[in-house]
Amino acid sequence: MALKGNLKDFTITQLLNLVNLARKTGTLVIEGSGDIARLIFRDGKLAYAQYGQEENALASILQRSNKINATQYRILKERAANMTDKELGLLLVNAGYLTQADIIESLQVYCADVVRRLFTWVDGFFHFDGEGELPEDRILVRIDLENLIVEGSRQLRELEQLQEEIPSLDMALKFTDRPGTNIRNVNLSVQEWRVVSHVNPKNTMRQIARFAKMNDLEIRRVVYSLLQAGLVEVVRPDGAPPAPQARMFPTTDRGEQKLLVNRLISRIRSL
Amino acid sequence: MQTVKIVVTGPFNSGKTEFIRAVSEIDVVSTERKISSDVERVKDSTTVAMDFGRITVDEDLVLYLFGTPGQKRFDFMWEILSEGMLGFIVMVDSTRPETFREARSILETFRAYAPTPYVVAANKQDRADAWDLEDMRVALRLDGKVKLLPCVATNRETVKGVLLELLYSILAEMEAGQA
Repeated sequence: MALKGNLKDFTITQLLNLVNLARKTGTLVIEGSGDIARLIFRDGKLAYAQYGQEENALASILQRSNKINATQYRILKERAANMTDKELGLLLVNAGYLTQADIIESLQVYCADVVRRLFTWVDGFFHFDGEGELPEDRILVRIDLENLIVEGSRQLRELEQLQEEIPSLDMALKFTDRPGTNIRNVNLSVQEWRVVSHVNPKNTMRQIARFAKMNDLEIRRVVYSLLQAGLVEVVRPDGAPPAPQARMFPTTDRGEQKLLVNRLISRIRSL
Repeated sequence: MQTVKIVVTGPFNSGKTEFIRAVSEIDVVSTERKISSDVERVKDSTTVAMDFGRITVDEDLVLYLFGTPGQKRFDFMWEILSEGMLGFIVMVDSTRPETFREARSILETFRAYAPTPYVVAANKQDRADAWDLEDMRVALRLDGKVKLLPCVATNRETVKGVLLELLYSILAEMEAGQA
């Protein structure tokens, strides 16, 4: 029977642990918010990973890991367009451009990175199918899951703590009014600058994350450090329609509302 | 009969039930249960759904005070309780800095629910180990404009003071045309 459920009930690290302990072989498909990932396991080890529509052919992975440069990548794309990854890998090794270890290392780094990106997915459906077919044209790797599970558990714990600090990414940020503080004099990381450049009460943290190409964990991490440094504060986004609210006052008349509050004040004073 | 409500929120054991009890004209309708977790066994019982107090203003206006459950696992109640509130009070135990982080988180959560005025009540200020208000303001990362008020939830006068400050804030926002 296929294993399926929601990440809210069974986290990525719990899934990896299950695959690892039961030495499972099969395909795990995870549908998060707007993206889909496919992981293939053999005997409890990660063999292959695909993230959404992201290009994950061998040539592309080699370029991303700086094993080949942009020109070499373009040439490979043109001349080896009809080759499978296995054929291309063999060609590169036989021609002496790369070693087998270079290729395997690049693929392992890429696959592990895909899994790391999934650690921030806390909601979404998953489906594990033990009958799935292995991709014939791809080079499969063998990655032990233990280290990834430990890393994932650590990240999930961090995400939980940051979610307590910053419960909603639908709020906006504004610079605090601190006379004498000039943001230009503060040493910020590249990621922090990317966020700072979008700080504006009109932008929600979710929008900033999208602009800066960050996931939920990354944006929370940066915002938390900016909050701790007292550089920004969390505010309701400007121009956002107010959340649908039940009526605060039994009357819509402003004058009567003020009168009502004054009656409350008088009553509390008299207690 | 017209009714309005104010919500009293804050971390576990911050004094929400005592606060409401201090000014309610009825015995607080409380949904307390015995504590099941050893970690939180600093008192015998805790609120699991809400506390409910009442102050009759006159023959056609009643103020209800709702206290939220302090334990995190009952936070699904928070949004329901926040609907239609005039404002809210965040209770913080001045003697337990380990709860400040959670208080800040609760404050942010309620601000996300509704843009209503709020004040922060630094409870247990009569205790020798209570933090100073200014230190608490820094630890809670409260802007200078946010009212952080000394409070002793078992003392009616200080509870009245907190409620009045919240009502003054509501009035001020209305007069500024923002409420």
